[in-house]
Amino acid sequence: MSSRIRSQLAYPASFALDLTAQVIGQCIELVAILVVFTQVSSLGGFDRHEVVLMYGLAATAFGLADLAVGQIQELPTYIRTGELDVLLLRPLGTLPQLLCADVSLKRLGRVGAGVAVLGYAAATAGIDWTPARVLLALTTPLVGAVILAAIWVAANTVSFWLVDGREVANSVTYGSSFSTSYPITVYGPWLRRVLCFAVPGAFVAYFPALALLGRADPLGFPDFLQWSSPLVAVGAVGAAALIWRTGIRRYQGTGS
Amino acid sequence: MTTSGAGGASMDTERRLRSDHVIVTEGLGRDFLVGSRLRRTRVTAVTDVTLDVARGEAVGFLGPNGAGKSTTIKMLTGVLVPSAGSARVCGLDPVRERRTLARRIGVVFGQRSQLWWDLPLAESFALHGAIHRVPPARHRERLDECVELLDMAAFLTTPVRQLSLGQRMRGEVTAALLHTPELLVLDEPTIGLDLASKERLRTFLSAVNARGDVTLLLTTHDLPDVERLCRRVVVIDRGRVLVDDGLDALRRRFAGHRTLVVEPVTPAAPPAALPGVVAVTAEAQGLRWRLEFDSTTTAAELIADVARRVDIRDVHVDEPTIEALMRTLYTR
Repeated sequence: MSSRIRSQLAYPASFALDLTAQVIGQCIELVAILVVFTQVSSLGGFDRHEVVLMYGLAATAFGLADLAVGQIQELPTYIRTGELDVLLLRPLGTLPQLLCADVSLKRLGRVGAGVAVLGYAAATAGIDWTPARVLLALTTPLVGAVILAAIWVAANTVSFWLVDGREVANSVTYGSSFSTSYPITVYGPWLRRVLCFAVPGAFVAYFPALALLGRADPLGFPDFLQWSSPLVAVGAVGAAALIWRTGIRRYQGTGS
Repeated sequence: MTTSGAGGASMDTERRLRSDHVIVTEGLGRDFLVGSRLRRTRVTAVTDVTLDVARGEAVGFLGPNGAGKSTTIKMLTGVLVPSAGSARVCGLDPVRERRTLARRIGVVFGQRSQLWWDLPLAESFALHGAIHRVPPARHRERLDECVELLDMAAFLTTPVRQLSLGQRMRGEVTAALLHTPELLVLDEPTIGLDLASKERLRTFLSAVNARGDVTLLLTTHDLPDVERLCRRVVVIDRGRVLVDDGLDALRRRFAGHRTLVVEPVTPAAPPAALPGVVAVTAEAQGLRWRLEFDSTTTAAELIADVARRVDIRDVHVDEPTIEALMRTLYTR
C-alpha cells in the first residue's frame, strides 16, 4: 500500500498536474451552477446559496467515495482477464483486495475542492447553527460517501452478469454524482422517486441540506427523512453487500 | 491412491477423509451455459470426477486442451462452484471455506501472475508473507531456502515486470510455497519456459515433494514434467476421468510393446512369424521394418533372429514413450 503512494509521489510535477485537473474538473461543475443562476433567481425553489450548499455536500461525498471505492471501476477488467481468480485464491476478502489494489491520491483534489465549496456555502447560506446541525454538516459528507460507495459497488457488480458492464456502471457512477448535486425538485416525478427510494441519491445531499437550512420539503416528503441519511447508508451498504456476494457466486459460476 | 471409477464401489466420503487424504472428490461435475441469451446451451466441462489424493503424493493431471483440467482445479481451489458432486480439500469445503483453504494451499498458474507487477520480487514475497501471516523467522528461513535452490539472489530486487518468464516462474513457485502449504497446485507451470528453466523447476519441485510434506497436483502438456515428478497420472478427456493409475502401470498397460526398427541391406518383405513379435510393418519400399515385440522375447534375441535371415544395415529399439501412451489414450 505505502509503495503505491510512494510511486505516485515520485513524480511531484505530474502529481500536481493530476491534482489540479481534478480540482478544475470539480470547479467546472460549480461554474455551470453559477452560470444557471445568472439567468434565474431560483432553481427548483432554492436560491443560489442553498444549491451551492447541496453541491458542496454532494461534491465532498463524491470525492470521498471516489477515494475509497473508485477502484471498483476496474472490476470488469479483472473479470475479463481472469485476474479475479488471483484475488479469490488469497486468504483475504475479495472486495477489499480489489479496492486496495490502487489508491489514487489525485482524487484528494476532488475532496479538497468539495470541502472548500462546502465551507463557503456553510458560511453564506444563512444556516441557523445548532449543535445538531454542526454534527449533521460534519457527518453528511461521510454518510453521503458511504451511500455513493454502496451504489457504485452495487452498480459495478453488473459486470458479473454482463461481459462489459462498464458503461452501465459508469452511467450510474457519474449519473449519481451529477444528480445529487441539484435539489431533486428540478427533476420530474418519476426520476425523483428513483432518487429517493431506488438509488438513494437524494439522501446524499438534498435531504440533509433541507435539515441544515431548516426548510420543509417543498415536495411534501416528511421531515424525518431529512435526518435519516445514516440509516439509509446502513441499508445501502447491506444491499450492496448482498448484491456483491451474489455477483461473486455468479462469477464462480461462469467462465473457464 | 484409490479411485472408484466406473463400477468401483464409491467409499464413504467421511471415512476417506479420516485416512489422511488431501483431496477427496465425489462425482464432481461442472456445466457451463454458453451462447447468447436466446439460444443457451448447456456444455458439460467436467463430469463425475471421483478422485482421492493422499498426503505427499505427486499427481500428474493430464488431458488435451479443453478437457476440463483447469475447471477441476478451480473447483478444488474454491474459485468455481461445482454444479454437481462434492469436494473436500485439506478437509475443507473449497467454496464455503475458500479463505481458510487459501492459507493451506499454494496455487501457481503458468499463464497468470500472483506477484505484484510493479514491486521488486523481494517486496512481493514480503507482501505475500504478510497476507498469509507467516512469522518473520519462518518466512526468512523458507525464502532463503528457495532463493538458494532456485538461484534467485541476482534478481530479488528487480521489479516483477522486468523479469524473464523463467525468473518470474521461479518467483511464482516460491510465493506459492512461502506459507508452507499442504497442497501445491500447479497449472502448466513450465509453459513457455526454455529447457534449462524447465529442468531447474522440475528439480526443485521434485525436491520439495520428496520431503513428503507437500502434495503436488500438476497439470501440464509437457510430458517430461510428469515423468520427472509424478508417480501417478490422472488423464481426463471431455470432462471424464479416463485413467487413474501409476505411471509405470500405465506404461505396461497401454504402451507395453517395444519396437525393433530394422533396416535391411536390400529391399524385402519383412519376415513373418518371429517368436515374440506381435505386429510387423514395412516402410520405405521395404527398406525399413518395424517389428513390435512383447516381453516374451528380448531385443537381443530378436536381433539375432532377424540377422540369421537377412543382412542388416542398421537396427535400433524404440522404447514406448509417454507421448505414445497419451496418443493411444486420447484417440481411444
